[in-house]
Amino acid sequence: MASETQSQLQEAAWARLMGAAQQGDANCYEQLLHGITPFIRSLTRRYCRNPQLAEDVVQDVLLTVHRIRHTWDPRRPFSPWLASIAARRGIDRIRRDSRIARHEVSDELALETFAVPATNNESGALRAVEAIEPLLAALPERQRRALEAIKIRGLSLAQAASESGQSVGAVKVNVHRAVKALRALVGTEHKTEDQ
Amino acid sequence: MTERTTDELIGALRRGLAPVRPLPRPVFRAALWLGLVTAIISAALLRWANPAIIAARTAEPRLALECAAALLTGITAVVAAFYLSLPDHTRLWRYAPLPPLLLWIATSGLGCLQYGAGLGPAGDRLGESRHCFMFIVLISAPLSVLLYGVLRRARPLEPLPVALSAALGVAALAAFVLQFFHPFDTTVVDLSAHLAAVAVVVALAGLSRRALA
Repeated sequence: MASETQSQLQEAAWARLMGAAQQGDANCYEQLLHGITPFIRSLTRRYCRNPQLAEDVVQDVLLTVHRIRHTWDPRRPFSPWLASIAARRGIDRIRRDSRIARHEVSDELALETFAVPATNNESGALRAVEAIEPLLAALPERQRRALEAIKIRGLSLAQAASESGQSVGAVKVNVHRAVKALRALVGTEHKTEDQ
Repeated sequence: MTERTTDELIGALRRGLAPVRPLPRPVFRAALWLGLVTAIISAALLRWANPAIIAARTAEPRLALECAAALLTGITAVVAAFYLSLPDHTRLWRYAPLPPLLLWIATSGLGCLQYGAGLGPAGDRLGESRHCFMFIVLISAPLSVLLYGVLRRARPLEPLPVALSAALGVAALAAFVLQFFHPFDTTVVDLSAHLAAVAVVVALAGLSRRALA
């Protein structure tokens, strides 16, 4: 009985906040988005057990809520509208994952060999990496490690940050600086060859 | 992988907030669209249709029922498309046009049997059937564009059922209008041409569903 009243109160509060958000009230909108995030999170966990992927779905749902907020009718309850979007996006995620799983071969060994270029002599990727290795060696340690993690090993910013102990912002800055420095080094080499 | 935190995203969405006007009720939007199409169709019928054909077709109960079923299929499919375009309405709307569609096919099929029994093989109508096919497809095209333009405002999360329902609606309305330019009863070949035209319109809508998203 108490939980029913609580959910009714929550529904009324969300409906009021969404009504205000539709009229452009940013504070109410932010309050609403913070309020519904745990609700969305609990729904998306049904479709996605991986917490990281579930958080992707949560963000996808929030973006969808933002994109189609004009489709909520203030005369109708808010929660079913939101739950329907969450379910839709959760199902989309399952379909996308199964599509990827159907068309991609997961080979941990292959990933390992790409991650460690010295063991991957036949690969074109290795040749490319080998070609820039002397240039990479010229970079400061932090920049080289950030560039290798993001551009060569294909890690996400968050993964690279956690691996290197740097913040996401620092990894971004180091990658940017490394690319700039590499461009400068390649330019210098070309000039030397021309002469 | 999530590169920005959910809190950061909420902050970005807050900054990107602009006032929006909620969409009117789907039944109201459907009624507006159908009203506009009724005005266009009425003007076209008054200008080009033969009143004698209209009188003859509505006088016979089976033909009147066939026309009514086509019209009802068109209306329910269009209304269903508006409901399906929104996230919080039941998906059962996708089945709403089926009863009038079955009635339409059944009454047309009955007409085929009656007509075919009287006149024998209906192969002589093949040339006319091609016109029927083109009529349905060509009338459906502008109606589809008009309907898509209204439906895409809802940015449907599932565009396929919306597109299919909308296409069935406009094709059925086109087939309804065709009845007023059809000086003979439906033959088997005619019925096949009508159904093929409806199927083509629905298939094209399925392929172009991304236009709704």
